Amino acid sequence: MKKVANGSLIQKLTLLVVTFLLSLSPVISYAQDAPAGDAVKGKELFNSLCAACHKRYKKATGPALYGVTERHDMEWIYKWVKNSTALIASGDAEAVAIYEEYNKVAMNAFPQLSNADIDNIIAYVMEPKKVAPKAVASASTGTENAGGDSSVTQNIVLGLLVLVLLLLIGVLFMVSKTLKTYAENNGVAIPEKEKGTPIWKAFIENQFLVLVSVVFLLLVSAYFVYGFLMQVGVDKGYEPIQPIHYSHRIHAGDNKIDCKYCHSSARVSKHSGIPSLNVCMNCHKSIGEVAEETQAEGLAKYGVDYNKQIQKLYKATGWDPSKQAYTGESSPVKWVRIHNLPDFAYFNHSQHVMVAGVQCQKCHGPVEEMEIMRQHAPLTMGWCINCHRETNVKVEGNAYYEKIHEELSKKYGVDKLTAAQMGALECGKCHY
Amino acid sequence: MSSNKKYWKSVEELKDSSMIEALKQNEFSEELPINGFLEDESSLESSSTSRRDFLKYVGFSTAAATLAACEGPVVKSIPYVVQPEQIVPGVANYYATTIADGFDFANILIKTREGRPIKVESNALAGATGDANGRMHASVLSMYDTSRLKKPHIAGKPVTWEKFDAELAKRLGNVKGDIVLLTQSFSGPATKKVIAEFASKFPNVKQVSYDSVSHTTALDAFEATYGERALAGYDLEKADVIVGVGADFLGDWQGGGYESGYAKGRVPKHGKMSRHIQFESNMSLAGANADKRIAATNYELKQVLLELYSLITGAGVSANLPKNLKQVVVKTAAEIKEAGSNAVVLTGVEDKNAQLIALAINEKLHSKAFSAKQPKTAFVGDSAKVEQLIADVNSGKVGALFTIGSNPVYTLPKGEAFAESLKKNVDVVVSFSSTPDETASVSEFVATTPHFLESWGDVELVKGKFGLTQPTIRPLFDTRQFQDTLLKLVGNPVAFDQYLKQVWSAEILGGKSFNKALHDGFFTTSASVASAPSFNINASSLSGAKPSGLELVLYTKTGMGDGQQANNPWLQEFPDPLTRTSWDNYLTVSKADAEALGLENWNVANGALNGSLVKVTVGGVTLENVPVYIQPGQAKGTVGLALGYGRTEGLKEEMQVGVNAYSLYQGFGKVQNVTIEKVSGEHEFACVQLHKTLMGRGDIVKETTLEIFNTKDKEYYNAVPKVSLDHEEIEVTSPDADLWEEFDRSIGHHFNLSIDLNSCTGCGTCVIACHAENNVPVVGKSEVRRSRDMHWLRIDRYYSSEETFAGDVEKKEGFSGLGENLSGFGSIEDPSENPQVVFQPVMCQHCNHAPCETVCPVAATSHGRQGQNHMAYNRCVGTRYCANNCPYKVRRFNWFLYNGNDEFDFHMNNDLGRMVVNPDVTARSRGVMEKCSMCMQMTQKTILDAKREGRPVREGEFQTACSNACTTGAIAFGDINDKESGVAKSKESDRMYHLLEHIGVKPNVQYQLKVRNTKA
Repeated sequence: MKKVANGSLIQKLTLLVVTFLLSLSPVISYAQDAPAGDAVKGKELFNSLCAACHKRYKKATGPALYGVTERHDMEWIYKWVKNSTALIASGDAEAVAIYEEYNKVAMNAFPQLSNADIDNIIAYVMEPKKVAPKAVASASTGTENAGGDSSVTQNIVLGLLVLVLLLLIGVLFMVSKTLKTYAENNGVAIPEKEKGTPIWKAFIENQFLVLVSVVFLLLVSAYFVYGFLMQVGVDKGYEPIQPIHYSHRIHAGDNKIDCKYCHSSARVSKHSGIPSLNVCMNCHKSIGEVAEETQAEGLAKYGVDYNKQIQKLYKATGWDPSKQAYTGESSPVKWVRIHNLPDFAYFNHSQHVMVAGVQCQKCHGPVEEMEIMRQHAPLTMGWCINCHRETNVKVEGNAYYEKIHEELSKKYGVDKLTAAQMGALECGKCHY
Repeated sequence: MSSNKKYWKSVEELKDSSMIEALKQNEFSEELPINGFLEDESSLESSSTSRRDFLKYVGFSTAAATLAACEGPVVKSIPYVVQPEQIVPGVANYYATTIADGFDFANILIKTREGRPIKVESNALAGATGDANGRMHASVLSMYDTSRLKKPHIAGKPVTWEKFDAELAKRLGNVKGDIVLLTQSFSGPATKKVIAEFASKFPNVKQVSYDSVSHTTALDAFEATYGERALAGYDLEKADVIVGVGADFLGDWQGGGYESGYAKGRVPKHGKMSRHIQFESNMSLAGANADKRIAATNYELKQVLLELYSLITGAGVSANLPKNLKQVVVKTAAEIKEAGSNAVVLTGVEDKNAQLIALAINEKLHSKAFSAKQPKTAFVGDSAKVEQLIADVNSGKVGALFTIGSNPVYTLPKGEAFAESLKKNVDVVVSFSSTPDETASVSEFVATTPHFLESWGDVELVKGKFGLTQPTIRPLFDTRQFQDTLLKLVGNPVAFDQYLKQVWSAEILGGKSFNKALHDGFFTTSASVASAPSFNINASSLSGAKPSGLELVLYTKTGMGDGQQANNPWLQEFPDPLTRTSWDNYLTVSKADAEALGLENWNVANGALNGSLVKVTVGGVTLENVPVYIQPGQAKGTVGLALGYGRTEGLKEEMQVGVNAYSLYQGFGKVQNVTIEKVSGEHEFACVQLHKTLMGRGDIVKETTLEIFNTKDKEYYNAVPKVSLDHEEIEVTSPDADLWEEFDRSIGHHFNLSIDLNSCTGCGTCVIACHAENNVPVVGKSEVRRSRDMHWLRIDRYYSSEETFAGDVEKKEGFSGLGENLSGFGSIEDPSENPQVVFQPVMCQHCNHAPCETVCPVAATSHGRQGQNHMAYNRCVGTRYCANNCPYKVRRFNWFLYNGNDEFDFHMNNDLGRMVVNPDVTARSRGVMEKCSMCMQMTQKTILDAKREGRPVREGEFQTACSNACTTGAIAFGDINDKESGVAKSKESDRMYHLLEHIGVKPNVQYQLKVRNTKA
């Protein structure tokens, strides 16, 4: 504060404007009406109980809760939250109106909540919408600009440096010339170097050296050509831009959604499957916007407007968030396929995921950290084979393996059998 | 001194003809057009592209293409917006449905992947009627036919359904005369009700049921006796003595479907098996499987029936039989009498009285295999009514004709005249067809119908046994099934699927669940034919005068049937079990008649078969240029010709093969008096088997008689070949006789395929199933002719040179000295007039010591511990060493790229046809070898299912496409390390042998030798 007080005129002015704006906003008047609850505790309760259907500032399955105390008095709210069905049944006009408005879907009863709890929730939902995101957004563009500026200055510095160096070279050259002229003028003889055979000529004349270096060069280039050819068709690191920017980092990483929740066919099918959009809508019906921090992070770090991506999903599925209903006009998303196993190679996800219990990450890498999905493994045959050689077959609790494992491990004299020993290296197991 | 010998290149040269001299002078008989091109300097100079530029472009584009190839293509993936609950990509769904296309009727199962039907299987649920035969297996491909109609048509122009309905209703309102529905056989209650509703709405509606291949005489006989229009049912498993008189009951006789029961009785159990005696004219599947086959003309067949009737029932009718035939019939009658109720007589002689006689004999015997209570109700056609209809059309009585499930312009004997008459005399002609067939092309209205896999429907297959047809895919085109169109016309707003449900719930199900019936694909009630038989036989009508001249016996081929699937490349390329010829029909002629008429078959330099051409005339109708195939076993005085060929309308060019024998099907009689005249020219066949006889090679097909099998040791009739080691004979299967070190396969699965030659009828269903499961390409007639057919599974057919195979061996053993050897083997190449036949399915034998594996330079083929011989297509470089080193000749080489290649215009070159491709099996490319994989994809799936569920593999769970499709149980598959499995047991059986065992390659395909129930 002291700093502010001692600050410049601009800072003072800003402060003044902000205070003025705040005083104009209706927050203060609500804050006076609302019961004094603990917004922090309220947030916790809200997120665990209400957030599935309600949003603070936007209509979802249920109405937006911001400003609820304006619409209803607190006593009514207590009754409604604890048992809305009873309230509707009692014929309460307000309750019935809401019930009708929301397609006769009654709100869950929360008898476990005390009045104080409800006060806390109300305190949280009555917090005014922060104008912050905009500030953050501008800040982020600011930093971006700054980033741009810094690179410009760097270029200028570099340019200057080059100029100085060039000048130095020029100066040195001139000095040398002057010295030469000076020496000539003074009659100082500069001893001339005796010209021997130049090194390149000597090199050419030495046939052995030429041969060795040609062989060496050929070997080196063969090494690089081989390396180049072997990576043709190997798309490790393939990271295409998708029509909807879907962040595995947020879903699998931050939200810890199990891979197989969306890629459910990995359990039963050879394909892991790209989830159909109705799976997305299981959650995104009620999640129309990401958290403000997430949105800010997305804009700042990845240059992505996550909320826009969700809107793309709504457009594809034909979901009208304002009416909370499907329009029936859908347009499937054309994803760019990342893992393209050739048709002549058979791979079965359910075999690896369900039978062998292989973690998805083993082949797909740290998906939960990937903002943009990419191909982690080379998907070459050598890579497959290597894993089959090293990995033990998971036989525990699987009656299928009981007999064969016992017999085979006796035959090979080992405790644990690798997939290779079970026959997972045979051509026909993957190529038919 | 130089020799003054004169050499000549050909006979013509020797004769010193002037043409040869002229040819000698210029190397090219025609001037090559090089000069014309090069001399045209002005055009060369005026061209803006110089040679240098051209080379630059070539260089640049090659470099660009090379560089571009380094980048992978961007592959798009489009998931569902809302995924149907039951569809998981990569997991197959099965739906039960029923095929009832007017020729084939059965409850079947459809395998779908990602919502598209890809394979047909038999419905294995207890109570299901019929098994899927080859045509049914192939029917899934007929759905993906690019030539199908895509919209309704009026006067050849595509229209919308609204316009179609409005126009048709308007025209029907003004119709004068009868409205006739010429339909296939319909027996489903809902379908019949729709037709009845239509008949009650419009005046003068008549329905005429029409089976393109008529069953009228048998239906009439049954109706006259039992009061219901149906065909008697037979369960041949219960018969010890089966006598067939002109009845190809293993083919399409009375709708077919008897082979599974038949085959069960044909496997020796406790020293017993059924005995099968067959009298017939054409060599048929039934005849080929018989223990005793007697070739006879149709006239003689009638006499045989009369004689049997007289001997069994004691009815004093006299038959006009030659002496030798009479002896056989007397013996046969004695056997039937001895067997009593365990015998059954089947006849295909097309005469009401002949059919009545067969019914009477079976009733008299109280035959257990015969059932009049549960007859086949699927066929109801009446050719007399069809004849009446033709007369009515000609006389102008018919105002409107609807053809439903029938193609009269093609199948009527005077189809073209009928088409003309339709144009002239009938006001409204509506064809309900899914393809632009002959009738659709002459109809003003074409109400495009969906394929049966896209439709609802119902059928009563057997009295009291109802089948449900349900769609397995949404209609591919803008089609509507005829029931819906009829309902629209009568103004009933209910869609047929709902209508069907209502009718079934009200009339059939009796309170049982419709969904259960839909799931099963069938529903069984207790209905049966109750009335006692009353016979009224005019036996003497059979003993008419013996016809002079040749008899033509029309038949349907196992692959093509009545020809409605003529545009199906799988069926066209399917080699006929007996003639081993694909892509054709032909006149089958006995050797004696062929010699008399100067007809020939011969092999040309590349091994392909050629034949003479004849002109066939029946009742004033002539078929020109009919190829001749000399058929061993064809009765002297008869010739055979298959129906179902010679279609042209709406068919791809490649499929327009054969001649239309329906034009000879006069009066719906399959037997006609015929005159044959040789014409010049020759025909090129696509025949896949050069060898006709077994040449006494007992190590390919082993067979014995029931008597020997029952009384002698295995050593006597099924000895393991011996080889000499240190001058001592040891069995070739012993490890000491091995070149290779044995790999221990006692752990895990070890797959074996077992093929029982006793129950294999040669029907070839497995061949089509293999095509469907393994994406086997179709190569076309000219490629088949070059022996480049791609069938992974072939069914070899061998004839004996003597009357029996045993006779062949005896003859071969008797040769002494080189001269006799040479001439003897020459003579043994020709099959006898009435040979014994044996069918032997041969696929990759998956040798444990495979000769193919050791010669592959790139290790593209290798062995798995589960016994399969693996083939890695992407590793193969196409040296074909493996095929050359294969003793069984089961490897197939891709001479061309067959998929996506318009040179092979079958189904793999269009998106629609490719929808039938099994996604679990790689489509092979040009230049690689392929072969039977023992359906690796299926065994792997079975193992994975077990692993995922954490249980051992269940008994009978392992299947291959062929074993699954085999309706007779001749092909069995399983794990021989599971001692309880069928194949483990059959491996220990006395009948088990391996093909060419003496070469010691240890195949994983076992054969069960053939036992014949022969009697002196």
